[in-house]
Amino acid sequence: MTIFPECPIPLTEYPRVLLAHGGGGRLTQSLIEKMLEPSFDNPYLAPLHDGALISLDGTRLALSTDSYVVHPPFFPGGDIGRLAVFGTANDLAMCGARPLFLSCGLILEEGLPMDDLWRIVLSMKEAADEAGVQIVTGDSKVVERGKGDGVFINTSGVGAVLPGADIAPERVRPGDEIVLSGPLGLHGIAIMAMREGLSLEAEVRSDSAPVFPLVEALAQAGIEIHMLRDPTRGGLSSALNEIAKKSGAGIVIDEERLPVSPEVQGVCEMLGLDPLYVANEGNFVALVAEGQGKKAAELLRRFPLGSEAVLIGRVVDTHPGTVVMRTRIRGERIVDVMSGEQLPRIC
Amino acid sequence: MRYLDEYRDGAAAQKMLRQIERVATRPWTIMEVCGSQTHAILKYGIDELLPPQITLIHGPGCPVCVTPVETVDQALVIASRDDVIFTSYGDMLRVPGSSKDLLSVKAEGGDVRMVYSPMDALKVARDNPGKRVVFFAIGFETTAPANAMAVVAAEREGLANFLMLTSHVLIPPAIQAIASSPENRVQGFLAPGHVCTVTGYAQYEPLAKKYRLPIVVTGFEPLDILHAIHMLVSQLEAGRHEVENQYSRSVTREGNRQAQALIDEVFEVADQRWRGIGVIPCSGLRLKGRYTKYDAARVFALEETASREASVCIAGLVLQGVRKPPECPAFGKECTPEHALGAPMVSSEGACAAYYLYARRAGTAR
Repeated sequence: MTIFPECPIPLTEYPRVLLAHGGGGRLTQSLIEKMLEPSFDNPYLAPLHDGALISLDGTRLALSTDSYVVHPPFFPGGDIGRLAVFGTANDLAMCGARPLFLSCGLILEEGLPMDDLWRIVLSMKEAADEAGVQIVTGDSKVVERGKGDGVFINTSGVGAVLPGADIAPERVRPGDEIVLSGPLGLHGIAIMAMREGLSLEAEVRSDSAPVFPLVEALAQAGIEIHMLRDPTRGGLSSALNEIAKKSGAGIVIDEERLPVSPEVQGVCEMLGLDPLYVANEGNFVALVAEGQGKKAAELLRRFPLGSEAVLIGRVVDTHPGTVVMRTRIRGERIVDVMSGEQLPRIC
Repeated sequence: MRYLDEYRDGAAAQKMLRQIERVATRPWTIMEVCGSQTHAILKYGIDELLPPQITLIHGPGCPVCVTPVETVDQALVIASRDDVIFTSYGDMLRVPGSSKDLLSVKAEGGDVRMVYSPMDALKVARDNPGKRVVFFAIGFETTAPANAMAVVAAEREGLANFLMLTSHVLIPPAIQAIASSPENRVQGFLAPGHVCTVTGYAQYEPLAKKYRLPIVVTGFEPLDILHAIHMLVSQLEAGRHEVENQYSRSVTREGNRQAQALIDEVFEVADQRWRGIGVIPCSGLRLKGRYTKYDAARVFALEETASREASVCIAGLVLQGVRKPPECPAFGKECTPEHALGAPMVSSEGACAAYYLYARRAGTAR
């Protein structure tokens, strides 16, 4: 008889999975750290990077997986298919790897219009071409009506790590400069505006796009990249907090430098959201060696996708593991991990 | 962003801080009544920038935090019913009742939906005639007009499946309760601009006079708050106690007459229980006359449940400005936004959440 060890999540507090366990905030972290990481414990998983680094016969590979459950499946600037391809390709890029091969798992709900599925498949094909990857294996399942949300997609990917790349939280050190490659919140706000039926004067489009060419340009220009992270679920705050926590470094960012479009800011003000916590799909933060931040930002600005790249902060040796923001009015405050889902305020 | 960036300008803020420093010759204790102001203060680090002789105390102005635990428990019972779609502002979903919150009811299978306004809840009622749709109508004078409008619209349309669970609170009686408390150490109030947009500020004048306390109506942007602090400290230094309006771009002395008429049409003033504080006479609104048929607590004839608060939580004292969040023994330990013992830790306007989010480093929060 197998005796199961006790569940590591306190069942008195969380007898059931909440939506917030998937929100990219503290509860997601607790699920990973208390349940998944110790259960699957191994040296490849331990760094909890966007993908695992594996060495096979001297070839360094990155392996990554992600599932896409976005609703609605079609939105300004993209769709679930593009997201599924770029998302995993970008996770590989965050390991300093050129994305090469993807797998594709489709979970379809009975009743999904065939035409929608066709649009998604074509979109995945187009996105794969754009990202320079091939979808080389896959699987499809259909669940009963009411047991899915139209379509869920899982993609896993393999990429080849760029020669000389050594990107890991342990490499982060005081003095490192933090570059953000593009404006904040476009993806999350595009989805939210559509979901809530907000009619905006200027449409907000998702920034969903492949970022590997930008990473490659940095590496080729000899920029010493210590860490990369794409601020998807949980936004920039979660990405920076994860880096601070994993590396033990203190991070300072400057509110005035954060690129936020007036449209995104407007929706955030209206709904009581903070752009720091809103999801992105086509940008990343790069922690580069001291003195190289400006050059890295200039380099990224040569790409349309990186046209708003900016040096947003640096790593410090005070307040280890904590992210602090210099506010516009020159005060200081903590930037914390989000607690569950962002919920709009009442007044 | 136009009309916002101007109120977040770093150079202007520094200038205003220097003016405050110049005028403040003695220690002064000021309460910002509204939770949104508390968040702005900590989010922009205003508390750290102010000269040390100025102490800010956080007030009870978070409508989510002061919604009585008994009412949250009633919401949980109603939301668990198979024949109900329960709608609420996002803020209320994570507020703990005696044993759980609305998001847990949702995870257990209850049909709990987040809406942005009572009009959204009305639409849900229209679209689901086979269900009873309950809107959790909470808030200060700010949300009362929209809630009243929803009830009037339901009446006009003959929407029989729309109900409200109400917990409306009023600001002036709360200020009076704080000012008249023997424990009070507040010497001046920053009054909430949004509330005054609806009510005007004339009703604050007798309070300022009776308790000899200056009151400045202000907004929620850093420069609004700094400007209002300057106005308040100037009054205190001069020994004046008047109501002044910093937020004149939105607030008049009389307020919005149309909104006030709508509130009077649907609601009447009643004694109201405030979570952590207790009953404050004439500090709430309840549905009146023919509109009582929209009262969910009445329709479902809910029995008084044995509601209870976490014993270690000092939310009540925090809401009255007697204690600061980090002084709570549970702060950041047993009580975090993920597992809150008290409502101020989960509400987006709650003082405990503001400290937890923005000022948890040792020594940063005065």
